[in-house]
Amino acid sequence: MSPDHRASDVVLRTSAAARSGLNPARTVLDNRAVLLTKATHTTPAVTVNLAIRAGSIADPTGLPGMTWLLSRAIDRGTVTRAAADIAEELDGRGITLTITVTRHLFSLVCTCLADDFEPVLALLGEILMSPSLPAEEIATRKGEVITAIRQDEDSPAVRATEALMALLYPAGHPYGRRTKGSIDVVERLTRAQLLQLHADRFAPSELTAVVVGDVETARAADVAARVFDGWRKPVPAPIALPPVALVNERRRVVIPMMNKAQADIAYGFTTVTRGDPAYYAFWLMNNAFGQYAIGGRLGDSIRERQGMAYYVSSSLDANVAPGPLVIRAGISPANVDRAVASIDEEVGRLVREGLTPKELDESRRYLIGSIPRALETNAAIANFLQTAEFFGLGLDYDMRLPELLGAVTLDEVTEAARRALDPDRATVVIAGPYE
Amino acid sequence: MRSTTFDNGLKVLIQEEHTAPLASVWCWYKVGSKDERPGLTGISHWCEHMNFKGTANIPRDQVKGIIEQYGGTWNGYTWIDQTTYLETATRDALDRMLFIESERMASCLYHPDDCESERTVIISELQGGENDPDQLLDQELTATAFKAHTYGHPTIGWLPDLQTMTRDDLYGYYRRYYVPNNATLVIVGDVETDEALRRVNHYFGGIQPGTTPSRIVTLEPEQTGERRLTIRKEGTTAYLKVGFHAPSVTDPGFFPMLILDAVLTGAKGLNLWSSFRVPPPQRSTRLYRALVERGLASSVSGGLMPTEDPFLYTVSATANEGTPLASVEGALLEVLADVELHGITEAELIKAKAQLRARLVFDSDSVTNIAHQLGYFETIASVDIFTAAPSRIAAVTLEEVAAVARRVFSSSNRTVGWFDPLPLGSGSTKSDV
Repeated sequence: MSPDHRASDVVLRTSAAARSGLNPARTVLDNRAVLLTKATHTTPAVTVNLAIRAGSIADPTGLPGMTWLLSRAIDRGTVTRAAADIAEELDGRGITLTITVTRHLFSLVCTCLADDFEPVLALLGEILMSPSLPAEEIATRKGEVITAIRQDEDSPAVRATEALMALLYPAGHPYGRRTKGSIDVVERLTRAQLLQLHADRFAPSELTAVVVGDVETARAADVAARVFDGWRKPVPAPIALPPVALVNERRRVVIPMMNKAQADIAYGFTTVTRGDPAYYAFWLMNNAFGQYAIGGRLGDSIRERQGMAYYVSSSLDANVAPGPLVIRAGISPANVDRAVASIDEEVGRLVREGLTPKELDESRRYLIGSIPRALETNAAIANFLQTAEFFGLGLDYDMRLPELLGAVTLDEVTEAARRALDPDRATVVIAGPYE
Repeated sequence: MRSTTFDNGLKVLIQEEHTAPLASVWCWYKVGSKDERPGLTGISHWCEHMNFKGTANIPRDQVKGIIEQYGGTWNGYTWIDQTTYLETATRDALDRMLFIESERMASCLYHPDDCESERTVIISELQGGENDPDQLLDQELTATAFKAHTYGHPTIGWLPDLQTMTRDDLYGYYRRYYVPNNATLVIVGDVETDEALRRVNHYFGGIQPGTTPSRIVTLEPEQTGERRLTIRKEGTTAYLKVGFHAPSVTDPGFFPMLILDAVLTGAKGLNLWSSFRVPPPQRSTRLYRALVERGLASSVSGGLMPTEDPFLYTVSATANEGTPLASVEGALLEVLADVELHGITEAELIKAKAQLRARLVFDSDSVTNIAHQLGYFETIASVDIFTAAPSRIAAVTLEEVAAVARRVFSSSNRTVGWFDPLPLGSGSTKSDV
């Protein structure tokens, strides 16, 4: 191959020399809210990312989906603004407010023009702190959520993944629940319950506000402090996560969906927490196994060599509790058995043989070399800072990351594979035109 | 941005952006699914897949990781007017990116075994799309709306064509269209323009031009009456789509139509690569208020793409559980009839322009996105349309919006599609056109 470059040298030089680190400013207000700010000047725009530690794990017992419904209704009115006023204020500035719920975080995210930063942050703060949750808005949003649940019921990909999570995290573990909940629960949720959930879980001690963009750090911190400094609420009681049960047998579940053209396979294991010292070995292992260059080893076998799937990959979601490693593939029904056998074979080979030095080196180079690209946009930087804050990774995490990845050895990667992966303990769900 | 045309016909656009130590390289070809004749539908997209399979100087087993070594990402896509390939990586990888694209242009192999293996991958991609009722409806609606123009068939192709196409078909197509005089190379990032041009010349200067490929030219005759189709298939959710023949990007009505779409469903901007991944600001728009706020639909969206020939403006809605599609359609058409009759208000015009101004800024937040825009517009018409977009948007008048609303939203210009779900387990599929 020409030209002859030694890519690793190039990548490491770029990472070390061209980047001086994000160096975000971090402030903790008296009410324990955390502000993270970072000035960039690529475009005259600012990304605001507000995250409350009140994700779907905050759903009360027996009421899965309540946090999700709150996320659909929270921006539909505040103590001083009607839903239509909020819509006008955001739309008029070209802003889309995205509200997401993960297992642990409830997030409000938007990008606005730099000139609009102050009023937009004030509005988002008000939405977060003082929603009015009008009954008629809740009723409309319920209709949307129920339709979305019905759409999910018709999606082999969603059905396979949700069933896998329920099997990996049984007995009501929050990680095994559907974030949107079920139709019967959504239908009977009340405004009073949503207000109570907000009152119980939304507090300044749970807030991390990140501002990244074309606004000077001091001004961003000052504006954010003015918005949130007066918020006074007690610290919510911590939510205990039940232990994650070990899986000691192979399980296989089929969800027949005969109206579909293609089957989805979800094949997985529970792994480690984000704080586990072996996390970086797991990350590299997963990259080489199911991500690097269109699906890693899995993609090479199932897509490239056997032509069985348009997509096949694995994802690792290490979290507060041991998160899952999930292999997913979209497969023609005639090839499902062959595809599962191929996944078994690749999992088994990984456990037996680990990665080759070349594979580890390639994945390491890729993950280190991709840091500048991953931190190019305001939104990406804001998301990175939220993750670093949530897991306590430190303000210099972007600069330490190459070293953390660089220190992982082949033996550690092999040990990671052996610790979590085993075809005989795999949980396999197949949803689609397959019986 | 500097534009240069090499002796072999290759057009090169370079824009320096020194905000991050990155560079993005895109190579665009004027070939898309509209260039496909019956029997070969999907060939442009299949060729795109084959062009990741190894070249004379990049062995197949070394394709994997060739850009990842630099922390880079690569991809490609095919659509109705164009096929494109990209790499974004650290600036040090510029030579590597140019090398890859020069190889892709001149030296792909199309090994018969790889062609066969990719046949099943593409059929899997097609089947995955069919799992989504909304996507299935979109495909059928487009096919119904176009009687003559090759925009009517899906970019992925029809299944029988994918089952019968040969390696010789693919290779012949590749050789016809992948010539420097049918391509635009775009570089955006932390580069120095003169040096980048020298590197481009090093990799591409020796590639011989080919015969400029002739493109299929078919004019879609004016639609003379409403068309309808209904897909009845097992499912859980009902979907509605209404498509209208719409202005091409060079039509004076394009930017007024962009404003009109913003008023109806929220401004999406102009970036096919990034805009549609972020929902538009739409809660105060006419169709959101008429359908979603009234509880008839859980979502509504509008789609106006910049295209070389007149394509479709499509409005899509997901009916709420228990809401008849006829009710959703009635409410939707009522809104469109109102703008057809009365146009939009001054306040709506001002808001739509503000939204689009913001979206153009948001869409230019990375070297990848900027490079996409330059190449996209140059390939379908001219990069000048993109650079002039802010002023063109600012200049749109109420009268122009009203005129395009009258022209586009006439009932004889529309095609209405329903996905009307049958109960799960009923085991039937039926389509009425």
